[in-house]
Amino acid sequence: MQVPAQFQYQRATSVQHALSLLTKYGPDSRIVAGGHSLIPMMKLRLAQPQALIDINDLTDLARISVEDGTLCVGAMVRHADLLASAVAGEHFPIFHDAEKVVADPVVRNRGTVGGSLCQADPSEDLSAAFAAVRGEAVIEGPGGRRVVPIREFFTGPYQTVVGENELLVQLRVPISSSASAYQKVERRAGDWAVAAAGAELRIEGTQLVSVGIGLTALGAPNFHAPEAEEYLLAGPAVDERFAEAGRIAARHCNPVADQRGPADYKRHLAEVLTVRALRRARTRWHGNNHQEEG
Amino acid sequence: MEITVTVNGRAYTRDIEPRLLLVHFLRDELGMTGTHWGCDTSNCGACVVWLDETPVKSCTVLAVMADGHRVRTVEGLAGADGLDPVQQGFTECHGLQCGFWTPGMMLTARWLIDKNPDPSEADIREAISGQLCRCTGYDNIVKSIRWAAEHDTAHEAAPAGTTVDSKEVSA
Repeated sequence: MQVPAQFQYQRATSVQHALSLLTKYGPDSRIVAGGHSLIPMMKLRLAQPQALIDINDLTDLARISVEDGTLCVGAMVRHADLLASAVAGEHFPIFHDAEKVVADPVVRNRGTVGGSLCQADPSEDLSAAFAAVRGEAVIEGPGGRRVVPIREFFTGPYQTVVGENELLVQLRVPISSSASAYQKVERRAGDWAVAAAGAELRIEGTQLVSVGIGLTALGAPNFHAPEAEEYLLAGPAVDERFAEAGRIAARHCNPVADQRGPADYKRHLAEVLTVRALRRARTRWHGNNHQEEG
Repeated sequence: MEITVTVNGRAYTRDIEPRLLLVHFLRDELGMTGTHWGCDTSNCGACVVWLDETPVKSCTVLAVMADGHRVRTVEGLAGADGLDPVQQGFTECHGLQCGFWTPGMMLTARWLIDKNPDPSEADIREAISGQLCRCTGYDNIVKSIRWAAEHDTAHEAAPAGTTVDSKEVSA
């Protein structure tokens, strides 16, 4: 029987209360939301916080809304709720693609979007999805609120810019006319990614005028592929250029060999999945916006 | 710390350590051993119970997190009129196999049919994709859940209310 080590438990009643508890208990305290990453780590003693601050009662953080042309996803939104959100799927189908392959339906009932991002697992799916669409993280701290681009959110595996006395409260994505998609290879249903790629794009005429590419489990700094994006921008959205973008993305990421496969295989997946995500996003763009361009 | 959890419609108050997991609270504190405990890593799904309206893996939920909330276990699946159609389906179609993962499977199946009264085979396989059957009996489990959907009347009945039996509330 695996049981966490002893800890003090506190239930936060508001964001301010959570922040005051973080200050009170110091660096040995941890926020728990869904707990589906943290509690298994506590059982294995990979994490041993002295105090747990439970934010499950902060229902204000569990809302998905559109405000001032921005999709706002509260940090406490459960994966199942993001998957079920019509407004999120309408503007960013990449989130539905990614949520369909985050763990399994029962885990998605409990795990949270904010928890996944703060866990910063290199194989986590939403990190690449938010990186592809250039989302932002809203972080509350004792000194007030700050907003950090997701592409600057991660400082390393399992590390983010969220400080010891700060709380991630919301993810934001500015809504613009775009199409997006996420493609993942996993060993079996519900597993972490062997590799995955997300893409968002906007086309004017035949030209790509906006493109974002996210990569998961591939050692891409901050889960995105800037060199491939730069190559694609301001050129036609054609298969030949998508193929080259895939090769560039594969060249610039840094996958490591592990039980999910050798590095060469993962680099191959980086190329193939980048192309598939771009093509799927393009199909959606034409379906939604420009039927005549087929 | 003291918590009160409503399990299958009855409130139970216990004084527990914060590190006690919900699965062990149900089994060891309340003696409800219908909830099984398997892999301990949120993988196998033997420990699935409902927390409020949704199935969760109770080996990854602290009992203190259920304080003030409702839990439904396999002991709460049968109604006053007899077995739930899901339980009947597992009987009719030999979905039980060894029985170890059956309670969690049935609770997820009940949730699926409540949401989707006519699930396809793909819907069923997706719903239970986070739960293992080590007898490799998935085909019969899928048939059982499909049988339950075809014979289900639960979505037409009024939802069961919450009752508090003072005899069951212990310090």
